[in-house]
Amino acid sequence: MSLLNNLKGGGRHGVPSAESRDPIGYLVAGLNRLAQSDLLDRVGLRKQAEQAVFTTTSSGFKVVAAAGRRFKRAGTSGKPGARVPGASGDGLFDLTPTEEEQMLVDVVTDFATELLRPAAAAADDACSTPEEVLSSSLEIGLPILGVPESLGGIAETRSAVAGTLVAEALAHGDLGLAVSVLAPGAVATALALWGSDEQQQTYLPAFTEPSEKGVPAASLALAEPAVLFDVLAPRTTAVRRASGYVLNGTKALVARGSDAELFVVGAQLDGRPVLFLVESSTPGLAVEGDPAMGVRAAGLTTLTLTDVELAEGSVLGETDGSTYAECVRFSRLAWCALALGTAQAVLDYVTPYVKERQAFGEPIAHRQAVAFMVADIAIELQAMRLVTYKAASLVARGKDATREIALARKLCADKGMKIGLDGVQLLGGHGFVKEHPVERWYRDLRAIGIMEGAVLV
Amino acid sequence: MPINLDDPKRFRPLREQVHQVAMNMLRPISRKYDRAEHEYPKELDMLAAMADGLEQSGTSEGAGAAGVRRTDDGSTGNRNGSNLASVMTVAEMCWGDVGLLLSMPRQGLGNSAIASVADDEQQERFKGTWASMAITEPAFGSDSAQVSTTAVKDGDHYVLNGEKIFVTSGERSDAVVVWATLDKSLGRAAIKSFVVPKGTPGLKVERLEQKLGIRASDTAVITFTDCRVPAENLLGSPEVDTKQGFAGAMATFDNTRPIVASMAIGCARAALDLTRDLLEKAGVVVDYDRPAVTQSAAAAKLLQLESDWEGAYLLMLQAAWMADNQKPNSLEASMAKAKAGRVGSDVTLSCVELCSTVGYEEHELLEKWARDSKILDIFEGTQQIQQLIVARRVLGITSAELR
Repeated sequence: MSLLNNLKGGGRHGVPSAESRDPIGYLVAGLNRLAQSDLLDRVGLRKQAEQAVFTTTSSGFKVVAAAGRRFKRAGTSGKPGARVPGASGDGLFDLTPTEEEQMLVDVVTDFATELLRPAAAAADDACSTPEEVLSSSLEIGLPILGVPESLGGIAETRSAVAGTLVAEALAHGDLGLAVSVLAPGAVATALALWGSDEQQQTYLPAFTEPSEKGVPAASLALAEPAVLFDVLAPRTTAVRRASGYVLNGTKALVARGSDAELFVVGAQLDGRPVLFLVESSTPGLAVEGDPAMGVRAAGLTTLTLTDVELAEGSVLGETDGSTYAECVRFSRLAWCALALGTAQAVLDYVTPYVKERQAFGEPIAHRQAVAFMVADIAIELQAMRLVTYKAASLVARGKDATREIALARKLCADKGMKIGLDGVQLLGGHGFVKEHPVERWYRDLRAIGIMEGAVLV
Repeated sequence: MPINLDDPKRFRPLREQVHQVAMNMLRPISRKYDRAEHEYPKELDMLAAMADGLEQSGTSEGAGAAGVRRTDDGSTGNRNGSNLASVMTVAEMCWGDVGLLLSMPRQGLGNSAIASVADDEQQERFKGTWASMAITEPAFGSDSAQVSTTAVKDGDHYVLNGEKIFVTSGERSDAVVVWATLDKSLGRAAIKSFVVPKGTPGLKVERLEQKLGIRASDTAVITFTDCRVPAENLLGSPEVDTKQGFAGAMATFDNTRPIVASMAIGCARAALDLTRDLLEKAGVVVDYDRPAVTQSAAAAKLLQLESDWEGAYLLMLQAAWMADNQKPNSLEASMAKAKAGRVGSDVTLSCVELCSTVGYEEHELLEKWARDSKILDIFEGTQQIQQLIVARRVLGITSAELR
């Protein structure tokens, strides 16, 4: 079997399975094998390549999940948790954020401009987020944005609009770092929205009253490695036992998986998708680097669950699939908000560039072919923004936004990617090299419409 | 109050009324006047009388041209006013039929111009007049600074000479608002608009165009030969102020572009609504939660069309909301028209494709909407003109730099 696989040309390295090798193909494959061999290096025929860091390679590195803290059980099991009410409204169409929202956006914008943007390129390269970025994000209260005041957070009403504006402002700095700093808040918000009293009392204090260990890294793990992946039909399974559940499966593109102390994991239970709270110290968890095209600063990993035994109270929300579906929608909304920030970054970057760059004796901005691309970026971005804000404002008022979130996601995926593509094109060859950030935004914007989980508003 | 982009609550009953009118009055005669081009849609007289009645009773927030004037009532705080009401109701009427909406008596684009730039005395004098708009000439379209129709002062009259084309409701209207130049050498600043009542000697409707769509609406060629117009029919200031330039005349467009966007929005929604229904009967239902790539190609396409439509719809509401709140909106008005214009074409043409033979046949109205929508990406500023305006604004460059 393995010999046959070796002789076949296809099925690996991006070659379709049906490909076969002819005699010349075998010869070339043999030469390539030799070229890759250590032998050349040992005899000093080739400069030794630098050892790749853990996060930049996905092959052959596996660790157990971070040891993590012990979360002390508290609260009453079976009792519903505290909930914030939906925002009220006067039914008037209004594009003006509240004063509190505007103040929050101003603070976050400064944070994104002064910390995230300068750190972005190196973080993308290292596939991790610098410690000072993480600690500063705690100072501005990002993890507790969606947690009710009664539980020590800052939300008086459902915070979907504030969350959207914050995610947008962060992504204007950098999308990957935004995901990193928003990841703990996604789990805290999920606990606030769906947690029982026991779950809220057990986990939320770690976010609202951080000990010397700081706020725990946490991660909402919904995606899985699958072609045509449908998040509503996870392959990860949960089986009911006499007391509790056993989980098996693999989650993909899990943000900050290697340092997360608490996961929210999606799994199929009795044919319905359900959310589970999984502490990183639970036996059976393994984490592997899972670097992707973009969003690299978020330290993406694969999380493998092998016979992971969970206690009775580990289900977050309902088991009929409704909580899970809601979680998926609110997560997608957050990804739309991230797309807005990154697309705005593209527009803000190409605008001065095309006015300065000269060709044929004048700035290229004076050419319609260039100027119209910029105009279309501005038009489509504003359309993306309005559709996303509408969905967010519906969520904030406790209304069903299934349709609006789907439309926002579709628009942000399609037009966001087009904006990323045109951003690189407008800079020409300079857009293709890492001296300019547009190539990173191009890679990051491909995540919209693909990524599930990680962030939540 | 927090951000809310839902349809304004206070206009929902009005929109529902207009929807009933569109469904029960316009749709039944939609195909009839598409086939009988140039025949006067007499059914609209009753509808227009009803609209006038509503306007006088104050229950309407303006279902058309009347609603584009900026009024500052000194109130602070968020306003949902006549501009939002206009775009919502016009969209609803165009869900019924774009050509018939354009043929609504006393709701012409000339009425928009009067509402936007006329002084109070003129407003009063031209009240109840059905005014069409004559800008385009055989030698120019988008480049409206090229007006070559002349207006020469002669005593207390102006004498107009020239040829105008593409005059919507040019035959049916009571008067024509004509753009003419006082002195071509002075460029844009010398272009003024004049209200010329029908029956004025020298004004002649030469012929009517046969068109791809909006065939219920008559599009006329009108000539002016030594046509004498009272000086008090000049709209705005008679002075040629080269500093102010074109701004006055162009201000009309800031108000009419969201309206034209709303026409595209209404027409496209008609196509989307019917296509969704027909596809459901054929077994295709869009699932908003499942990824588009896991659904049928038809469902994925419908999802894309609806998302584009939603973007255009909200850009339209934004432009109107800004006008209601005294915020300058020429950038947003052009964004709305650019997006709605191209989405209107994409949606209506794609719906024909999705419904295949049924979409192409005249049994349904899908093929008609695909013809009607095209003009909405052309008149009141083409797609490319909107892109020019947006690009100049976003890039901060002049019309001399980006031509």
